[in-house]
Amino acid sequence: MKVNLLRTALAATVLAFAFAGCSSVNLDEQKPAPITDASKGAAKPGTDPRAIVAVDASSTKPIDPFTDPNNPLSKKSVFFDFDSFVVKSEFQPLVEAHGRYLASNKPRRIAIEGHTDERGGREYNLALGQKRAEAVKQRLMLLGAIDGQIETISFGKEKPRAVGSTEEAWAQNRRADIVYK
Amino acid sequence: MQQKNRSSSRTSVTRRALCAAIASSPAVSLAQLRVEITGVGSQQFPIAIANFARNATMPAEIDAIIRADLARSGLFRIVDAGSQPIAENAAISLPEWKGRGADALVVGSATRLADGRFDVRFRLLDTVKQTQLDGLSFVSPASDLRLTAHRIADRIYEKLTGERGVFATRIAYVVQTSRTSWELHIADADGANSQAALRSREPIISPAWSPDGTRLAYVSFESGKPVVYVHSVATGDRRAVANFRGSNSAPAWSPDGRTLAVTLTREGNSQVFLMNADGSNVRRLTTSTGIDTEPSFSPDGASIYFTSDRGGGPQVYRMPALGGSAQRVTFNGDYNISPRVSPDGKQLAFIGRRGGRFQVHVLDLASGQEVPLTDTALDESPSFAPNGRLLLYATEVNGRGILASASIDGRVRTRLSGPSGDIREPTWGPFIK
Repeated sequence: MKVNLLRTALAATVLAFAFAGCSSVNLDEQKPAPITDASKGAAKPGTDPRAIVAVDASSTKPIDPFTDPNNPLSKKSVFFDFDSFVVKSEFQPLVEAHGRYLASNKPRRIAIEGHTDERGGREYNLALGQKRAEAVKQRLMLLGAIDGQIETISFGKEKPRAVGSTEEAWAQNRRADIVYK
Repeated sequence: MQQKNRSSSRTSVTRRALCAAIASSPAVSLAQLRVEITGVGSQQFPIAIANFARNATMPAEIDAIIRADLARSGLFRIVDAGSQPIAENAAISLPEWKGRGADALVVGSATRLADGRFDVRFRLLDTVKQTQLDGLSFVSPASDLRLTAHRIADRIYEKLTGERGVFATRIAYVVQTSRTSWELHIADADGANSQAALRSREPIISPAWSPDGTRLAYVSFESGKPVVYVHSVATGDRRAVANFRGSNSAPAWSPDGRTLAVTLTREGNSQVFLMNADGSNVRRLTTSTGIDTEPSFSPDGASIYFTSDRGGGPQVYRMPALGGSAQRVTFNGDYNISPRVSPDGKQLAFIGRRGGRFQVHVLDLASGQEVPLTDTALDESPSFAPNGRLLLYATEVNGRGILASASIDGRVRTRLSGPSGDIREPTWGPFIK
């Protein structure tokens, strides 16, 4: 979110400089061009070609629901119990938000990426991660998302978010991530 | 017919020798082995392998490699041959070697030729019958001396056991060297001489050798999701053969190399499909509502073993490769995965979780008798040697992934040498023609 705002602000600044450049005065056309005239112009607000007016993009841009921490759409990870692919009730707000969003934004596409903790075989974990992704997909479809919007894939235990063999790390890694395309 | 007769007489020689071995001296010297061996049993064929005479420094210690190969098989006990080199043309007192407890003796030499190649010669002598069992000369470039040593070990193994040796075969495995670096390696069967066939910034899993040993099928996540590739090892040519919507994984070759079994999720959860080895003619094989994965063909190609959670937890099932109903194969414990059938079709290796420990188990398919093969806790990916005598698997020691092999009777286990990094996903290649 911060990165996006920063980008917008930067773009605004670059634009401001660009316009300032466009309105620069060609010395050849301005025959007498006394230095005092130029400083007079600077005295009038809004006419100084070198003036810079700061624009706060954050006040004009609508809040991005996917990055607003107060919006359930900003949460994109569903966590699971050991050896389980049941979507727990605490993730119902998250699931509902994405399901309704997809239902009313049919061109949007997502991937759901399933993950597991490090225990057990690689291929079986890949299938278990797939089952987690598939469980989230079924919930989204109950809310009106359609099959063609959602690809479910799995990384099994190959790309853990948290490293280590602790229950905390395992809990972080047993999840399905919603990734908007 | 002739071959068969020789074979059976060899086996009886070995049996007599094994009986003799029980009474013989247990003196063992493993000082020169590059591999770490545990669980050495007593009913092993005692063999002495003298240091090879040489006229130059050898880039590979042929004698030590032969000793390590034979020891790792679990069928041999290496009798100390002292440090004195003995050439194949030296005068030898076989009764003296018999007296030292060796029922067979290997002697030889490696001579550096003018062109830089080596002439490697060896003799295998039977100290009981006081005869020569084998004698051969190999001319090999310096870079192939390890392979020459493995070939000599294979000949010794075959002469004394009547079965083909696997020491000159190759293995493949995956090494993860950092959070963003994976490599698919191919190495000699002892883990030495490893070379990368593929490097990627995303995971690589489940390599499987084609039956002719020229190609590897595997799963690569390089495109951001699991896709099955077939990769020609000698040329580096590779193509995605299963890249459907969802996840594509767990490739297994049919014994004739024409068909691949893979796990696809294009119709929902993970199910086993068959396809031609070029990716064409995809058809669904399993039909459950849960997970069906890790297909593995029986050696006759008629059956497919696979992992399924259709009964609750993961268990191994078997079904006809042409389709039909599945039968459950594993019944002990609540987590049994990664089935691999032995080359003779009589045994099933798999990973079973017992008391929180994931261990390689071997199940006798006729009797249903099952034994754990290891004493480690995080075993994965069992793979039979092409002669069925050894199992290669991945495990973890001190937090690092390593490869290990175990003799099929569980008596001898070996940790293989290899590059640094987390090593996993071993697959044992076929006999080299």
